[in-house]
Amino acid sequence: MSINDTNDARGCPTMGGPVAAKGAAADPSAFVRTEDDGLEHLDLLVRGARCAGCISKIEKGINAITGVQTCQFNLSTGKLFVNWSPGSADPGVIARTVADLGYQVSPYDPGEAEIERDKHGRFLLLCMAVSGFAAMNIMLFSVSVWAGFSGEMQDNTRTLFHWLSALIAMPAAAFAGQPFFRSAFASLHKGKANMDVPISLAVLLALGVSLYETIIGGSETYFDAAVMLLFFLLIGRWLDHRLRGQTRLAAQELLSLQSATANRQQSDGTVRAVQARDIVPGDTIILWPGDRTPVDGQILEGTSDVDMALVSGESAPELVQKGKTIRAGMVNLTDKLVMMASASTEDSLLAELTRLVEAGETARGRFVKLADRAAQAYVPIVHTLALLSFIGWLIAGAGAHHAILTAAAVLIITCPCALGLAAPAVQIVAVGRLFKRGVLVKSGDALERLAEIDTVLLDKTGTLTLGKPHLVNAKGISADVLELAAKLARSSRHPLSRAIADLAGPGAIATKTKETPGYGVEGKIDGVSVRLGRAEWAGAKACTKDGADNTSGLWLVVKGRDPVHFIFEDTLRVDAAKMVAGLVSRGLGVEMLSGDREKPARAAAFEAGIDKVSFGMTPQEKISRVETLVRDGKKVLMIGDGLNDAPSLAAANVSMSLASAADASQAAADMVLQGETLSPVLAAIDISRAARRRILQNFGFAAVYNVIAVPLAVFGFVTPMIAAIAMSSSSIVVTLNALRPFLHKEKS
Amino acid sequence: MTALIYLIPAALFLALLGLGAFIWTVKSGQYDDMEGAKWRIFIDDYRDDNIPD
Repeated sequence: MSINDTNDARGCPTMGGPVAAKGAAADPSAFVRTEDDGLEHLDLLVRGARCAGCISKIEKGINAITGVQTCQFNLSTGKLFVNWSPGSADPGVIARTVADLGYQVSPYDPGEAEIERDKHGRFLLLCMAVSGFAAMNIMLFSVSVWAGFSGEMQDNTRTLFHWLSALIAMPAAAFAGQPFFRSAFASLHKGKANMDVPISLAVLLALGVSLYETIIGGSETYFDAAVMLLFFLLIGRWLDHRLRGQTRLAAQELLSLQSATANRQQSDGTVRAVQARDIVPGDTIILWPGDRTPVDGQILEGTSDVDMALVSGESAPELVQKGKTIRAGMVNLTDKLVMMASASTEDSLLAELTRLVEAGETARGRFVKLADRAAQAYVPIVHTLALLSFIGWLIAGAGAHHAILTAAAVLIITCPCALGLAAPAVQIVAVGRLFKRGVLVKSGDALERLAEIDTVLLDKTGTLTLGKPHLVNAKGISADVLELAAKLARSSRHPLSRAIADLAGPGAIATKTKETPGYGVEGKIDGVSVRLGRAEWAGAKACTKDGADNTSGLWLVVKGRDPVHFIFEDTLRVDAAKMVAGLVSRGLGVEMLSGDREKPARAAAFEAGIDKVSFGMTPQEKISRVETLVRDGKKVLMIGDGLNDAPSLAAANVSMSLASAADASQAAADMVLQGETLSPVLAAIDISRAARRRILQNFGFAAVYNVIAVPLAVFGFVTPMIAAIAMSSSSIVVTLNALRPFLHKEKS
Repeated sequence: MTALIYLIPAALFLALLGLGAFIWTVKSGQYDDMEGAKWRIFIDDYRDDNIPD
């Protein structure tokens, strides 16, 4: 198999999926930046790429543009990085090339926060490597010392080994301990003590005591324990960092929707691409098919179908013409429009939604993770114990040296290795299990929040239903009639046309196609003119035979042939009713919030088996419903897909979105369902509940371990060897417990 | 026991070599695109330096 076969199909060559319109790319010139190397850099966000064929197509396509020096596509993040020497390449051509290959592309401005996050991840990985290296090598010396304990090793050899251990441990701990030392210092500075305070104290105290022992030629050093402690804790930190994912990015994604650039008509009549945030009320803006409205405004010229999903969540487009008010974030579908801006970007609808999303995320940030709750109880106890054993031994007449050594042993042995690993180890396993079942989990604490829910709110269009019109009478339409219709439909962006084009698959397009917004498409096929559209416009009015409602759906009219009626419906997802029943059987309350009209909302709810229905809801009403429930103490899971759902997704305790959903909703949600079915929701709830039990079990293990180890440490029975064994065994037990299968407890 | 005089430095040197290699992989961004790496092996004419043909 070769993926490099010249593949003319646009978009992903192996998996298909939605394809971007040709040339539908904003001009990214405003996002080009000149870096220290003297080259111009551009970051683009590419969507729809999923395989080697995509990487190859995109990189080859961009490299073929004259002037481009490097082009690197990152499949994990969807970011395309391109650079060129100043003036030698046109950024507009680069963006258009990607769009022409069939991928959605938008300019991308990596925020400071995200760059910081990536850097921090790398730093944790480095710290982990350094502490792992040091722990392994120090352990070689420690094991030799313990093995020679019975007298085979002479004192000066032992001291040499201690010095070598110190040589490795000191710089390694100084480097790898930074994440803990910094956080502990920052926390103490604010007058609080977090988990990192006892950790830092234990490491520093252990190293100090050990160094002193080494200098006086003593027998007990804790270099191995101190560094191993850092290593285990860093594993937990790194897993946690990886799990945290991109929860903070939702609002940014929504902002980037604010059509990064817009075509503004200058006073001299020329059109220039400008950054959307530079638009002021009164500007004249040209909207081509595929463009998103950058700000609220009024139509000056033109008639076109516009996708209003942002306000209503419904995909059926609306016909707009001169004088009509239009909000920011709508997509122009069929024909050129000229609009006058009536607000700046900050005052537009999209900005308001962004603020709502941010507010929701801040509220959710107040959730306290299980591990943090455990730490809050843990920190004071540990400090008190260590201090008490220090004072106790002093009172009992032991020297300061012995008292400090015991206090250090208490701090080391109680140190929260197991606690630090308990939650992330379970969560990363659970996230992996869910990924196999088609649920993408974006943060570890989302699982904890999901395990606690008691109420589920569902959106209708696109969530319970497929969200796209589907041809329901496909059986009554012959293949060549469908192909005939598809030849016209392929030229149009209207959802009904897309439904026909998707069903027929890729193929030829009729010649001389012309789309009349709100009515239909016409064109010539083999010299015969053909129309696809509304009944009266296509000329099918007189021909209704089936007596059915002929005003909806599309009619295909070919001269000399009987008109054919295409009927569409938005159908429920196959397992919607099953999922609702599953939620109810798990004791959860289920409610539907729809932006749609009463009749279709009630019909869908009835079919899915939901009693509580709200309809005709605006994004603000949805969010206030979520907030009311949360205020009443309910734990709410929100499942939605539309742009209008993004704020309520962010406001709910935990939220899910679908792979077909708007980008901003996917970004705002904690989890994304990858397939077309809803039953993974049940799997996610079951696994999250199992994971919660498993985490609590792990805390139990850690507690039992401490109950046994602490008295030993306080009364001075702990040697460096016992500390090392106890610490690693508790971490290993916790990790093995996390790896145990969750699955036997799942109901499917 | 005199063997320790060169065995210990040798062991430490080898371990440092491993650590150095790991640090290099992190710094050169080899963990940045875990998803893409597994797919890139299917691209017949892919070269690391991305020089266009």
